Amino acid sequence: MKVFRELLKDNRFKIAFVIVLLLCVLSFLTAFSPYDPSQWNVVERSSPPRWLHILGTTSMGQDVFWVLTYAVRNSLLTSLIAGIVSRIIALLVGILAGFKGGLIDRILMFLTDSFLVIPLFVIIVLFAMIAKARMDIINLGILLGAFGWAWDARVVRSQVLSLREQDFTYTSILSGSNTRSIIFKDYIPFLIPLVFSTLIGNMSWAIGMEITLSILGVFNLEIPTLGTMLQWSISSQALFLGYWWWVLTPVVFSILIFVALYLMSVSISEYLDPRMRLQRVGKA
Amino acid sequence: MKFVKNYLIPRLITYFLVIFVGITMVFFIPRFLPTDPVQQFIARFTTQGVYMDPKSVENMISTLKQLYGLEGSLWEQYRDFLVRFSKLDFGPSYYQFPTPVKTLIAQSLPWTVGLLLSTTLLSWVIGSILGGFAGYYPDKKWVKIVDLIAMVIRPMPYYILALSLLILFGFIFPIFPVRGGFSIGGKIRFDLYSIVTILKHAFLPALSLLLIGTFVWFQGMKLIVQTVKSEDYVRYAKYAGVPEKKIVYQYVIRNAMLPQITGLALSLGQIFSGALITEMTFSYPGMGTLLYNAVFTGDYNLLMGITSISIIVITTSVFLIDLLYPLLDPRVKYK
Repeated sequence: MKVFRELLKDNRFKIAFVIVLLLCVLSFLTAFSPYDPSQWNVVERSSPPRWLHILGTTSMGQDVFWVLTYAVRNSLLTSLIAGIVSRIIALLVGILAGFKGGLIDRILMFLTDSFLVIPLFVIIVLFAMIAKARMDIINLGILLGAFGWAWDARVVRSQVLSLREQDFTYTSILSGSNTRSIIFKDYIPFLIPLVFSTLIGNMSWAIGMEITLSILGVFNLEIPTLGTMLQWSISSQALFLGYWWWVLTPVVFSILIFVALYLMSVSISEYLDPRMRLQRVGKA
Repeated sequence: MKFVKNYLIPRLITYFLVIFVGITMVFFIPRFLPTDPVQQFIARFTTQGVYMDPKSVENMISTLKQLYGLEGSLWEQYRDFLVRFSKLDFGPSYYQFPTPVKTLIAQSLPWTVGLLLSTTLLSWVIGSILGGFAGYYPDKKWVKIVDLIAMVIRPMPYYILALSLLILFGFIFPIFPVRGGFSIGGKIRFDLYSIVTILKHAFLPALSLLLIGTFVWFQGMKLIVQTVKSEDYVRYAKYAGVPEKKIVYQYVIRNAMLPQITGLALSLGQIFSGALITEMTFSYPGMGTLLYNAVFTGDYNLLMGITSISIIVITTSVFLIDLLYPLLDPRVKYK
């Protein structure tokens, strides 16, 4: 809680927090949705924003606002799954490489570097296209998680490398603790903040990926996400027909999500880096 | 000779290994997934209402298996795949039938390389210089304004930024063409008109790549310069009365460039992915649009070809940057 109060002193974090809160409220509103997002023609078609349909309706007869609530929820959920899966892989690879060193380190880091260099986007598209029939939010999250860990594994490894040289590691080893207890009791507490700050960046990447994959049509278009919402509006020529409320809603909300997540990650990583924190306190 | 032994050979080995890892992924992903591309292909025909007797279905399956390289044991398939890959033979494309995948890629690769090369270099240079000054003089007014813009543009994924530009310039201020790489039906010649048309068509895709790129490098450089600035040697140079211009250019920016080069090599794959997405949005005739068509028509051969070629192009560029690195960093002396 103290950390949170400290973070709230940063204006950027404050803005980001308010936006994220708003998005969470939107997601929870799905529980009260009067319409089923998979049904068409439940309301009047292609109506501009007005009372009762505050964000207008689509030309398939869906209410944009209520579809949006589902879209935000599903997109956040996908990215959270992707983030958690890739965090687990990054932690495993980073800790193993950093702690064991030697050949294991070299093999793992070679793999990590390959993942960094190879244009993963085309491989993810290949994967998603073949598994298209089984794509839902959970599988997409796992797929993105399986590809999005490389950079963060490097970050974890360098942190573990520096922890391994600290005195307390030697104390633990000399007093007979086994590897597992050193990693879980001594290292994990140091790695937790790192996990959180990288999680946010990864979530942002996953949402961007989800939107791109939906536009490409390799994601199940019946599941409302920010990407599929945009895909429906563009493939229904909403841009040419002048249905701006339908195109702009997913665009504006995704920009809001990206900016909020970015501000949050910058603010948290500055908080974690004591040198940057000193600079900030010095200025204030 | 020492250069070859200590620098070139280890990097060459890594280069081939990375390609190998990538190609192996491309080979195994379709084979370990529960969906069968051949069955999917057949199913598309049957849902279209085409009637086929069992014998011709049987024939078709074996032909498709041959085309996709799905015959024999996994090991034989893998060996076959590697041999075909070394000849860059990916079979015919289904989206534009008998045209080989190789020809289609050869047609679109120059567009992508041109767009990618110019925007990456330009954004890297502009972003690094701007970021260098911003890091050195963090309290100037323009730095704060650029910082604010960077905060909004930088986190945006390529698609959303490209779409925003498309809406802005295609529908609100229609100045630039929003589709294609050249006027429809036009023939490219080496004259002023052709060059202007090409540049005009490239403007919006290039702008969206430039915007994101510049701000990424801007922020990276700014952070590095802020740390370099407080190093002892910079302070010493200042006390010794070295002119400030010289400190900024030769002491600070020069040193901060090096991590930026490493950063460029590492993020080239992501920039490439971004270029593909941008091309898709503007229907630019490069690899991105080809990828889009391949996905929409379910063209596996083309998709495999694009994926493999992308891996080669990117790893080669990273390898080249790696080779240039010792020229720029006097501390690397091939031992």
